[in-house]
Amino acid sequence: MSDKVLLDYGSGGKASQRFIGELFLKHFDNPELRRLNDGAVLSVGAKIAVSTDTFTVDPIFFPGGDIGALSVHGTVNDVAMMGAQPRYLTCGFILEEGLPIDDLTRIVESMGKAASEAGVWIVTGDTKVVPKGAADKIFINTTGIGEVIIDPAPAGDLARPGDAILISGTLGDHGLAILSTRQGLSFETPVKSDCASLNHIIVDLLKSVPDVHVLRDPTRGGLATTLNEIAIASNVTCEIIEDDIPVRPEVKGGCSLLGLDPLYLANEGKFICVLPEAQVEAALALVRKSPLGVDARRIGTVTAVDKPGQPGRVLLKTGLGGKRLLGMLEGEQLPRIC
Amino acid sequence: MSLELLDQFHDPDLCKSVLERLNAALTGPLRFMEVCGTHTVAIFRSGLRSILPKEIIHLSGPGCPVCVTHESEVNAFLDLAENPKVIIATFGDLMRVPGSKSRTLKAAQADGARVEVVYSPPDALKIAAANPDAIVVFLGVGFETTAPGVAASLKMAKAQGLTNYRVLSFHKIVPPALEALLGDPETDIDAFIMPGHVSAIIGLEPYLPVASKYGKSAAIAGFEPLDILQALLFLAECKRDGRAEVVNLYRRVVRDQGNAKAQAILAEVFTPSDALWRGIGNIPGSGLEISDAFAAFDAKREFGITITECPPLPGCKCGDVLKGKLAPNLCPLFGKACTPAKPVGPCMVSTEGSCAAYFKYQVD
Repeated sequence: MSDKVLLDYGSGGKASQRFIGELFLKHFDNPELRRLNDGAVLSVGAKIAVSTDTFTVDPIFFPGGDIGALSVHGTVNDVAMMGAQPRYLTCGFILEEGLPIDDLTRIVESMGKAASEAGVWIVTGDTKVVPKGAADKIFINTTGIGEVIIDPAPAGDLARPGDAILISGTLGDHGLAILSTRQGLSFETPVKSDCASLNHIIVDLLKSVPDVHVLRDPTRGGLATTLNEIAIASNVTCEIIEDDIPVRPEVKGGCSLLGLDPLYLANEGKFICVLPEAQVEAALALVRKSPLGVDARRIGTVTAVDKPGQPGRVLLKTGLGGKRLLGMLEGEQLPRIC
Repeated sequence: MSLELLDQFHDPDLCKSVLERLNAALTGPLRFMEVCGTHTVAIFRSGLRSILPKEIIHLSGPGCPVCVTHESEVNAFLDLAENPKVIIATFGDLMRVPGSKSRTLKAAQADGARVEVVYSPPDALKIAAANPDAIVVFLGVGFETTAPGVAASLKMAKAQGLTNYRVLSFHKIVPPALEALLGDPETDIDAFIMPGHVSAIIGLEPYLPVASKYGKSAAIAGFEPLDILQALLFLAECKRDGRAEVVNLYRRVVRDQGNAKAQAILAEVFTPSDALWRGIGNIPGSGLEISDAFAAFDAKREFGITITECPPLPGCKCGDVLKGKLAPNLCPLFGKACTPAKPVGPCMVSTEGSCAAYFKYQVD
């Protein structure tokens, strides 16, 4: 193999075969992929959950992860949020001609490791190489297939007045890690992405705590946007308490420097759980047992909308005891003038 | 400043005790205006607005630099963005500001315009150095706070012999706008909270006419809830006692004489001029043009840009909101034809605009 990705590698000919064999098969190896068929034949339980996502993150390597690990964690988490145990992934790569093979190897290796930790097989895939400039280094699409373990699955429209709102850990880590790397900023205490697969902790939760109404991972748009989606879909008010929302001091500091709000920053290893009051203690105790959930907290309560016919919304009780709206993110967060 | 120290400025118990003293000092309604987008957002975001005594009426003046950038100025930089030789370098919050035909830099970028979001003017110099075939134009929008940094970038460009860097200066200065407000017989404002960042540059002295000429009190304040409550307490006490005073309550950042270095660089690089304020119109002496000594870096001269006032938007009441005559939610367009997603007027444009803050944070 050359030290850079060549257009030949996407030709479908011998160069492609060597490329796939020496790189992807090596790191993703499993019996189904090894057959190198046009697709995969799989068996899963009666009901399956499917989710797809495409990853274009820039930079492709960032503190705490890379685009490869993220492409596994992101889709695994989306499948898990559907109340399913993720089993299989497919992946599609769009590679820019000239991408260093070392970089690609690091990414593929990291995907293989993430998949094995999450307990999923990457069963089929595709690579395309496009001329220099036609794509930015590497784009990855993954589709995940999971076995539904709880039916009906938790869903965004099932939050009910009286339910408690839990978060599995600190907010804003991934978003700030990406933005600060992109801007070439470094902080005294380095900010690391939280990207991780949550399927094990989710499956444990669903198997031992009944009646989980909503599970969502607050990725793009952050906690604020995801809670608004839940409030609107369920037609309820989500009341959350500012002082109870876990944010690392270094993330708080970095955000105040850059004029960002951690409640709107992406997370890649956190989930929101909405469930009846009676299950709160059991759920928190279980989630906190996992290293991915040590900072889990209850952050609020679901209440009925103030006036009938009014759309669902999110209210934030501030540290001062005041109340304000916590709206949805409009577009991307932009740095301010002053 | 350490985060721990800053934490004390939103300590709920301290705030509660100042709030009690504030309640006791009030003898009737207190209509106060802040003229700083950061204050606007701080008051809404901290929830302070929802716990202030009902006698206190919060008005947001023309303190958000993005909001007061006139639509004809926005049109000018949108036109410039279409020049294939130009790379626009800008602070992020100008990206979504619509010109008079609802165009934005974001849309121009999607159409192929070269637009780079930067965190500081020196970043724009780096872009200029890396793109010798292009002319990099930094959009100089902001008050006394940001203008010194832009001025410094011009001096750096001159020292480095960088010939492809330009600034399009639409900078504005705060004191003439205050005078314009106070001179308007229709405005009804009891007192002012003065912008912390702007005051760090200009100091206390430019605000003295607020008391001496117009008989109103003003307090320079920081941005934490306790800063704002202390300023309100001072303003309420002044009103109770029939005094008019201007005071600096942000001593951990603002010196009474301001920042002499920053003032000197402003005087060296810019000359005062008239300027158009969105929603208000022309305010004499409220703008900063690039001085003759730096003419070679002036985008207005290079591209022959002149700014003429275009008619105000039909139905938009932003002028009245900025002058404290109308609450945001009482504008007929508010939340209907005019939302943060599709802003009509300046106050809805920036996240720091009074209408946008009201829309985003106000519960009732």
